[in-house]
Amino acid sequence: MIDVAAGAALFCLLLSALAVARRGRASLSATLYTLTILPCLAQAAAGLAILGGAAGGQMVLPIGLPWLGAHLRLDALSAFFLVIIGTGGAAISLFAVGYGRHEEEPGRVLPFYPAFLGAMTLVVLADDAFTFLVAWEVMSLLSWALVMAHHRRDEVRSAGYLYLLMAALGTMALIVAFGLLAGADGSFAFSEIRAASRPVGVTALAAGLVLIGAGSKAGIAPLHLWLPEAHPAAPSHVSALMSGVMTKVAVYAVLRVVFDLLGPLPWWASPALILLGAGTAVLGIFNAAMADDMKKILAYSTIENIGVIFAALGLAQAFLAEGMRAAAALALSAALFHAFNHMAFKSLLFMGAGAVLTATGRRDLDGLGGLIRRMPVTAFLTLVAVTAISALPPLNGFASEWMVFQSLLASPRLPHLGLEMVIPAAGGLLALAAALAAAAFVRFYGVAFLGRARSDAAARALEVDRAMLAGMGVLAALCVLVGLVPALVLDRLSPVVTALTGTHLPVQGDQPWLTLVPVAAARSTYNPLLVFAFIAVTASLAAWGAVRMGSRVVRRGPAWDCGYPEPSVTTQYGAGSLAQPLRRVLGPVLLQSREEVEMPAPGDMAPARHRVVQGDPIRDTLYLPVVRAVLWAATLIDRLQFLTIRRYLAMVMATLVSLLLVLSLWG
Amino acid sequence: MIAAFAIQGIQMLLVLALAPGLVGLVRKVKARAMRRRGASVLQPYRDLRRLMRKEVVLADTASWLFTATPFLVFAATWVAASLVPTFATGLQFSWTADLIAIVALLGSGRFFLALAGMDVGTSFGGLGASREVMFASMAEPAMLLTVFALSLVAGSTQLSTVVEVLHGPPGVGLRVSLGMALVALIIVAIVENGRIPADNPATHLELTMVHEAMVLEYSGRHLAMIELAGAMKLLLYVSLIACLFVPWGIARAGDGPGALVIGVATYLAKIAVGGVALALFEASIAKMRVFRVPDYLGIALMLGLLGTLLLFVSGTL
Amino acid sequence: MTPIAFDTSHLLAGGLVLVSFAMIYQNRLQALLRTFALHAVVLSAAVAWQAFTQSAEQLYLTAAIALVFKAIIIPAALRRIVQRLGIHREVEQVVGTGLTMLAGMGLVALSIVVMLDVTAKAGAFAREDLAFALSVVLLGLLMMVTRRNAVSQVVGFMSLENGLILAAAGARGMPLVVEISVAFSILIAFIVIGIFLFRIRERFDTVDLHALDSFRGERR
Repeated sequence: MIDVAAGAALFCLLLSALAVARRGRASLSATLYTLTILPCLAQAAAGLAILGGAAGGQMVLPIGLPWLGAHLRLDALSAFFLVIIGTGGAAISLFAVGYGRHEEEPGRVLPFYPAFLGAMTLVVLADDAFTFLVAWEVMSLLSWALVMAHHRRDEVRSAGYLYLLMAALGTMALIVAFGLLAGADGSFAFSEIRAASRPVGVTALAAGLVLIGAGSKAGIAPLHLWLPEAHPAAPSHVSALMSGVMTKVAVYAVLRVVFDLLGPLPWWASPALILLGAGTAVLGIFNAAMADDMKKILAYSTIENIGVIFAALGLAQAFLAEGMRAAAALALSAALFHAFNHMAFKSLLFMGAGAVLTATGRRDLDGLGGLIRRMPVTAFLTLVAVTAISALPPLNGFASEWMVFQSLLASPRLPHLGLEMVIPAAGGLLALAAALAAAAFVRFYGVAFLGRARSDAAARALEVDRAMLAGMGVLAALCVLVGLVPALVLDRLSPVVTALTGTHLPVQGDQPWLTLVPVAAARSTYNPLLVFAFIAVTASLAAWGAVRMGSRVVRRGPAWDCGYPEPSVTTQYGAGSLAQPLRRVLGPVLLQSREEVEMPAPGDMAPARHRVVQGDPIRDTLYLPVVRAVLWAATLIDRLQFLTIRRYLAMVMATLVSLLLVLSLWG
Repeated sequence: MIAAFAIQGIQMLLVLALAPGLVGLVRKVKARAMRRRGASVLQPYRDLRRLMRKEVVLADTASWLFTATPFLVFAATWVAASLVPTFATGLQFSWTADLIAIVALLGSGRFFLALAGMDVGTSFGGLGASREVMFASMAEPAMLLTVFALSLVAGSTQLSTVVEVLHGPPGVGLRVSLGMALVALIIVAIVENGRIPADNPATHLELTMVHEAMVLEYSGRHLAMIELAGAMKLLLYVSLIACLFVPWGIARAGDGPGALVIGVATYLAKIAVGGVALALFEASIAKMRVFRVPDYLGIALMLGLLGTLLLFVSGTL
Repeated sequence: MTPIAFDTSHLLAGGLVLVSFAMIYQNRLQALLRTFALHAVVLSAAVAWQAFTQSAEQLYLTAAIALVFKAIIIPAALRRIVQRLGIHREVEQVVGTGLTMLAGMGLVALSIVVMLDVTAKAGAFAREDLAFALSVVLLGLLMMVTRRNAVSQVVGFMSLENGLILAAAGARGMPLVVEISVAFSILIAFIVIGIFLFRIRERFDTVDLHALDSFRGERR
């Protein structure tokens, strides 16, 4: 199976070459995206086959470091992430067949897109640190190139710059981490790293560095600042790929290194991870509930979901450290399941935003509205995604959040009291995040798709073409299907979870009525299929009964609005007004927001002003000091530019001599 | 088997039939407490019948989501209400959803209602929706923390199991955490049902509306569905508090008809007491400002967390 | 100890922690004083229950002292002071109720962790009692730290002392003399603080402690 996966990655790279060779042709875009679907499907199929029990295998390519070669290996963990990349990639490419037609600068997107997919596949397949790092860096750079596609806009350029900085920081952290793990003799192969034993301090340090490296890519706070800038800046299908799929590759990196290569961390590492995840979730989703730009809201919500995944991973670590394998399997399954679900609904949402962008040319919420009538199919598919991401039953988002909560409830058997106390607090934070997610997406959907159109562009919007709808439809169907029958994903997960924790959940497909039973029937059960059936039956019965027994007369008329209807569309609640109550409650704490009223003196004709001032505590306390320090150092070093040649020579000599001195003293 | 299905069916019909009665009872007692005579307890039933027969006046700008929502909300609430043990535990489908899923089902109802409030594109709809989601984003964590406290005591999130463990034997004794959970649950219930002091169900005054503002545009059978769903939600919370904190008399899985009759009788008594208590509470206090409600919910949130933390003090856990 | 005896004392001690939180939540002086009276009532009930279950008669005396002094006399006296100072309608700006509550929650968690670790060998009841008592003490301290008004600082100090009494009542064999001396030292402290309040007020026209800071030149 490894050859299929590696072949798919190679095929992607070849497609990029094709895009360069045939650049400028009008038909290239549709052809290229259609062709990209093939390797995606192939690797999804390969991944599924392995999760179903087929043999993985490994491969050594004679490239890379001369004494090492490039090791590739396909095991259950890689296979699961191959499925995520493949499924997401296929649906997004299908969408892009239509979306690509509206691209202003195809020449800056097409060559990078297939290679980006291929690079992600290679990250997942890599079996030595060198190949991993190279693939990781290629993935970062290609996604950066894609972000910069519309480089003529100022905000895109600054987003790209920020992204490049953070990506460099992340890769650096990963290089140091692998350097630590490889040790002095430079054993870079994963099998050697796995076999080596090392002191606890080194393990914890390496885990922390990987958390910085991969966490910055995934958007874990406080390394998330770039994400809400860079993800929205890219063309929508690339945003979908970055948010829905690339963040999962980052999760894979954490799983591979921390869970697989390092083995269990000491117990005190897990509360930090749990709280970091839960805090990230709240921070991310609160920002989403405040943002005004469709794609920015989605990017912030990615941060939330990544937080949830990391919190569940932290729980899994806590259980692993105490040898509670069943509970660890539950938490890990929840994390992986949520990763899969997030791929589905977040990609779908970005595609929806892309469709709206195509139809109206706008992505600010206050320029939209009423699209449910102009774009009914897009609106329906987006509604599915919105329901799923708000963790509402019976869709897939709720199924995985429910499992996360169940794994939180397994905590009282932990021996460390401090950890026991952290977990309810994290539970509260995660519950807050889930509730805020519903609030944020009511606002997202309500302003963009419901109400009356707030601009001419929105009033004239037309439904997008079939390819785009098909791409969205695939993922919407997946959301519903996986939501109703979680066993479809959960049972595929058991080889992955067994490899990392030594045990797995009970087989869900065997449960009566396909009920979700993570531990035992007396403890907790949830049957989405029945819940859905009940709701569908009672809702139809009620609708039928109401018409049958009551009246069926419907009269259309102007909206009542308590007797004060107002034709101006600006009297509707918009993005800002919907955010106001929540901002007043949580804003002062989380965003240092405050409202300023500027009231002119009596008799003064100047207008009164009411303004919201918002800060970002993380940016102000963590990033700006660094920026200031760098600028200060740069100004200091700037003086070196204006020296005489003699002085330059003196400096060169001084450096040389001091190095020699060091050598003589050390040697 | 058939008996089990029948009991489940009886429970579903029971909650549907009792819900408007509870609302009527609350209104009646409240009126009496304020020295008014008040409408008959049966008035909500008459209101529903009247609404069902009336035509629907639909705003020009309303979409399919607007007309589908009442039925969705009704269905979600009804399913949630029939999963809470009323007169018996361990019903045929009680394992369909646990307490977390029940909370989430109510959340779906609210989610769609908020969307419907924004669908017509009026200022009041948005006002109601924005306040409702603000309340919800505080109330839901409080509720889930309460659920945590309860299910850590009972070792299960399965409502039937929780009730059986709390009911005993051997029971769990007096626990300060359970007391805190009770207070938190009551606060959440008051806010979620839009009762005084968080919201006033009987007003259409601009500044005080939350729930009513969202459903302002509904009429006819749609409004009937929403009113019925609201009544069932109230009944759900009263039943939830009753079955968790005063479980006495509730019939167990496999009990004979005698136990079931006792179960129904005690259940009726419990919700009557709950309704009267709610009415007296509402009659005795004033509504608070909208932005005081988050503080009020903050108490529930704090009690939920404190209750969970204090659980760990007890050596017995 | 029988289960019901254990449950009741658990409930009373937990209730004391809860009332401590209620005190943090109150930002009006009158309401704060009423809550403080409730605090003392719960304390005396807890102590009386201890006296009953341990058959330790001297604890009844402690309970009576708590009831008479802390639930009746001191709140009444403080209320008079507040009224005479004319600050009974004053709303105190607490440093964000939510944040203070969160901090309090952290303190409770901390005291539970610390006490349960330290007293691993003691009986279930003593462990619980000490954990609750430490929580009450820390919450009292928290209140003193976050309040500006001198009256609420006095209340915070008194509630802190209630925590000490709770701990003492739970630990068997605490001599009565110690308790009485503790009680009286508190009383004296109260009188001294009460007199000071008036002195402060005479001099600065306010009981806001900011005034004292600025007098010392500490205020920015």
